Amino acid sequence: MDWLFQFPQIDSELLLSLKRTIDGSLRALTRTYGQSIEDFFYPLLQVLIFFEKLMVGTPWPLVILVLGAIGWLAARNWSVVAAVVATLAAIGLLGLWTDAMKTISLVFTATIFAILLGIPLGILMNRFERLRKVMQAILDVMQTMPPFVYLIPVVMLLGIGRVPGFIAVVIYAVPPIIRLTDLGIRLVDKEVLEAADAYGCSRWQKLQKVQIPLAMPTIMAGINQTIMMALGMVVIASMIGVQGLGLNVLQAIANQYFTQGIFNGFAIVGIAIIFDRISQAYGQRLQKHRGATHA
Amino acid sequence: MPSENASIEIRELYKIFGPTPEKCVALVRNGVSKADLGREHGHILGLDNISISMPAGKIQVIMGLSGSGKSTLIRHINRLIEPTSGSVIVDGRDVLEMSELELREFRRNRTAMVFQRFALLPHRSVMDNVIFGLEVRGMERAKSREIGMRWIERVGLHGFDTRYPHELSGGMQQRVGLARALTNDASILLMDEAYSALDPLIRTDMQGMLLDLQKELNKTIVFITHDLDEALRIGDRIVILRDGSIVQQGDSQDILLKPADDYIARFVKDVNRGRFLKVGAVMKPLTQSETGSLPRLDFDTTLETAAKRLADSPSDEAVVTGDGGRPVGYINLRQITSALSTAAEAKPDE
Repeated sequence: MDWLFQFPQIDSELLLSLKRTIDGSLRALTRTYGQSIEDFFYPLLQVLIFFEKLMVGTPWPLVILVLGAIGWLAARNWSVVAAVVATLAAIGLLGLWTDAMKTISLVFTATIFAILLGIPLGILMNRFERLRKVMQAILDVMQTMPPFVYLIPVVMLLGIGRVPGFIAVVIYAVPPIIRLTDLGIRLVDKEVLEAADAYGCSRWQKLQKVQIPLAMPTIMAGINQTIMMALGMVVIASMIGVQGLGLNVLQAIANQYFTQGIFNGFAIVGIAIIFDRISQAYGQRLQKHRGATHA
Repeated sequence: MPSENASIEIRELYKIFGPTPEKCVALVRNGVSKADLGREHGHILGLDNISISMPAGKIQVIMGLSGSGKSTLIRHINRLIEPTSGSVIVDGRDVLEMSELELREFRRNRTAMVFQRFALLPHRSVMDNVIFGLEVRGMERAKSREIGMRWIERVGLHGFDTRYPHELSGGMQQRVGLARALTNDASILLMDEAYSALDPLIRTDMQGMLLDLQKELNKTIVFITHDLDEALRIGDRIVILRDGSIVQQGDSQDILLKPADDYIARFVKDVNRGRFLKVGAVMKPLTQSETGSLPRLDFDTTLETAAKRLADSPSDEAVVTGDGGRPVGYINLRQITSALSTAAEAKPDE
């Protein structure tokens, strides 16, 4: 009756050698191409360092002014500006200014990359039915796979530091923007598309003049989610060498510094609120002219 | 881009929806009915052997109830829908043989379309909607705005050019739709139930505007409707569709006086005949050249007007005049009354 209680697993020798082979070849890959992989990502590293220096090196009053101005431009609403300024001030008072700037710069660059990657992918996914099926499966896996798991190959290939952390954040944050770009384009009114065709639009004209503008509110919702995911990933990415608020949280966990954890946690929440309010308000302003058409 | 006239010739057009429509064309040609095609072969017969010849510069109405295939048919003219078999010839060129690029040029320059639910771009102002076709063609903005402004004024939207579609009522939105089509200066205007979503009064206004515009523009207009009154009012020629095939073709007088079958007769029954029937269609032929002092009526006069004129005059008979005031027949109150009241039996020469 032993076999009933013991699942008939693959021979453990075989499993072990399988694991060894895969891990071994990945390591061999890293040893052989490690330098060229690093060279390949060198420009990315420079971009990351540039933005971090920009955020950390700029005098704090200027940073508050610029972020407040962005809040105003996006939302045209003083309460949003007030929320941005108050949150930044609170973060600064708690002594977390530099770490917060590092986190903001990472989240900002990660979001930009996710948008640059996600919107074209969403458009392609919308155009090719077969690609959509494949992509949907991949996105499902990406969104349910525990992020710790895909940290491993990233670390094996690139070691510890800014670039692997950044890549992990982008991978984690990109699915919503891909999905919502596809969804937004799919939701565009069929009759409007027909009108675009009837007036002789080329595919590009249709995309640029009709589909993207009409999908924009949905795409903005995707961008908003992407930002939130990126912020959420910052703590996990600190395990592989990303600096900023996440690293403080990690230290707090390791040393049981409850207050440090809470402060840094709230700072992350504060940044999330800033990004969220700005992107939401902008998305809503985009919708100003699309009240339901009378029929 | 002068809009020279364009005739449209639709020949033996079939459209079958389903997984393998090509194989079913032969079945339909051999007389398999729509119901059988659906039940036994799993295909839907959209259009069944449609041949219509639409003369240039006229308003061709295609009428039918929902599901009759009228919207499918109009979309074949600019090939928004590919037919299963047949040809659509515009000015001697088969639209169905155009390459993608040629088709795009054709749509940009030769046709313009107005949609039932307006299909305006909500993120663009009225002006930017109106000049959409010109923008797609690549016309420079200042020039296209000038043309756009002219049409915005012409359809009665003066001062609304910076508004957005959602700020306008349905009737005004459709004026934008019409202005967008007219701005394109295409010789063919396709109107897919353009007025069906509008209130009756506004619809009547828009019909009047279309007829006025047509007097100066002489475009080839294909107008889809499910409303017989609308069809009779604006159609130079009318095609009635049912279940994807043509039941009757002709002008309004043919449809009213000689309905092809019971289906059309039932439609025609509820129409105000006095408003659409013309004395030319019910008059008696001229027997003697003596026309004397009788009142004169143009052969295009509606029976409604004719009855009123005769009732107001001492005589109850009138001379019907044709082109250039030449007498072509007689009409009296008795004939008018008979044509107004009888349904199918009224013959022009009784």
